[in-house]
Amino acid sequence: MSAKYKTESLKCWDKSKEIRLDYYKNYAKAHEKGGLRWAGGAWSFDAIPSGLGDDVYPLTGEPYAASVAWNKDLALRCHEAVEKAGYARDLCSYMRNYWGSIILNEYAFGGEFPMPDFIWQDHICCSHAKWYQVARDLEGGDVPYYAMDVSVGPYDELTENRLEYVVGQMHDGIEWLEKVTGRKYDDEKLIQAVHNHCRSESLWAETCALNKAVPAPLDEKTMYSLYVHGTLHKSSRIVADFYEELRDEVKDRVERGIAAIANERCRVMTDTQPPWAFLKVFRYLEKFGCVSIGSLYTFGLIGMWDIQEDGTWGPRKTPQELGIKIKDRDQALHVLAEWELKKPEWQHFYSPDHKSDMMLRIAKEWKLDGIMLHYNRGCEGLSLGIAENRLALKEAGFPVMIFEGNMGDEREFDEAQTITRIDAFMESLNFEKIKD
Amino acid sequence: MNVVGIDCGAKYVKALVLEDDKIKAKSSVLSGFDQKAAAQEALDKVLEQASLKKEDIAYITATGAGKEEAVFAQGTITEVGANAKAVNILFPSVRTVIDVGAEEGRSIKINEKGKVVDFAINEKCAAGAGTFTETMARALEVKLEEMGALSLKSQKSVPMNAQCAVFAESEVVSLIHAKHAKQDIVRAVHDAIADRIASMTRKIGIEKDVALVGGVARNIGFVDSLKRDLKQELFIPEEPEYSCALGAAFAAAEKAKGG
Ligand code: SF4
Repeated sequence: MSAKYKTESLKCWDKSKEIRLDYYKNYAKAHEKGGLRWAGGAWSFDAIPSGLGDDVYPLTGEPYAASVAWNKDLALRCHEAVEKAGYARDLCSYMRNYWGSIILNEYAFGGEFPMPDFIWQDHICCSHAKWYQVARDLEGGDVPYYAMDVSVGPYDELTENRLEYVVGQMHDGIEWLEKVTGRKYDDEKLIQAVHNHCRSESLWAETCALNKAVPAPLDEKTMYSLYVHGTLHKSSRIVADFYEELRDEVKDRVERGIAAIANERCRVMTDTQPPWAFLKVFRYLEKFGCVSIGSLYTFGLIGMWDIQEDGTWGPRKTPQELGIKIKDRDQALHVLAEWELKKPEWQHFYSPDHKSDMMLRIAKEWKLDGIMLHYNRGCEGLSLGIAENRLALKEAGFPVMIFEGNMGDEREFDEAQTITRIDAFMESLNFEKIKD
Repeated sequence: MNVVGIDCGAKYVKALVLEDDKIKAKSSVLSGFDQKAAAQEALDKVLEQASLKKEDIAYITATGAGKEEAVFAQGTITEVGANAKAVNILFPSVRTVIDVGAEEGRSIKINEKGKVVDFAINEKCAAGAGTFTETMARALEVKLEEMGALSLKSQKSVPMNAQCAVFAESEVVSLIHAKHAKQDIVRAVHDAIADRIASMTRKIGIEKDVALVGGVARNIGFVDSLKRDLKQELFIPEEPEYSCALGAAFAAAEKAKGG
């Protein structure tokens, strides 16, 4: 069959790969240049440690653990090491990959596992609290550890007091950072990082919104390699600038009708992290002319959204775009906390209804034919209430397929069974495999 | 017009010739290690029984986990789609199809045209499929084909939490040591599988009428357990293990007619 749409590889693809590798290398080599290393979750307020200087490098746990998962051999050895150390197999698989890497003293990007100088974490999922507590024990027990509690309820119930509760912890955190590092904190660097943070997240949302176009300019497998920057270091200028370049390129693709897959005729979304070692499942979808346009996960973990004038979902305007001039530390922290508490992926920790609403919005606005839900045994946080989401989507008339697996532990993923389910799902949607 | 449906299942390959929508011949061979050879053998056998040659067949559709091994087939259909088609033609009033085979259990919701509206497939564990009964029969030292009748003799329900085939086996051993009557344990095994299948079916919503297909539908003990659990009658074809092959044959007929 001749191709329905033109496709092109992304021009900024190599740059994306380069930024990611530099990130992991810079962290490992930070001490060689007299810099500092910190570790923490992808959800943590990474703009704050930026006030310590330009030579402070983070290692965020979740994307690191996903890289481990992608390396099947290393992941298996990590799981075995963690289980041997007495930790249960049903804990968060990202957390286990991370701990395994410490126990084995093996860094997924080569060499020994680089120990952090301090840990900077926040807690929204139950595993967040335990993740770095155990990591710290495994690292010898004396790495300074600061954790913030951000569980102040959904954004639409945000009050002054709740916001102050988070901002107060941020202020304390800065004092703590100065104490444990012996460095003087620079508020100007913080303000700049907050600007970058908002810019990165708004631009990523704008890029995802461009995927409403038919044909979709991006497929989810590709998006996984792009959204990752926001989970690594969203407050860095490098990431914000890269997202601007990406947004421009994707916009251009839409204008020229460039598709992610040449024969798009069926659009689906997924949910939660994918089984990282089996991304080829997405390539299998292409045999049916099916593109996964993304998910609440790829859109909302990093993207910051807002309801636009026409009632649809689009990027949230940054403080700069709104003409807000951040003058001091306190204001920067208020802007950052208020901004981040609106993160879509934080809302459904409070009720699956929040998630169902957002998923339904995506299903309608991105013109979906069906939904493939990953019942992900590796992540209690994002799988919470997923069966409720399934019901809500079905009730609204969307066909839903489920597949079971684990984003970080391939022992819980059955490739053949998943393919069988995809076959049955596509057949029920009346899509046959496209003949070559 | 003659067409063939072939179901390359985990344990058996079943083939069926349909002549103008009527079953003309059937064959069943063990899948073994070489499924490609088994598929060919099943085809050869069914053609021989029908006194037909390959050239007499207008279209062949394959289904089952090993459908790609039936290299001679012109088309494929999933087990979900095949069962939906077969049951819709056999029992037009059915809206929920339960298929329990050797390795997998599935529940399928269909509309009046036999179109799949929703489906669920059991998880990795074998506790919701035929292999489970086999393992338990071994633990109980009972012949597999006697399990059904034995189970119907039981007057007592013994609770069993079979969430996993491995744990269930040790539970069966404990029940034997606790001196429970064999028939009660057999019934407990059937109740446990039925419970898993029923809860999987409830996930997609049970809409009347309900049909049961697949090899396990031959087990009268399991059928009894499932009826009690679902609190309703089940439509079961005469040869439930051929349901998938039959659906594939109907799909082949549609293709042959240019559908
Ligand atoms: S369970 Fe999920 S949300 Fe929680 S720490 Fe692990 S990956 Fe993150």
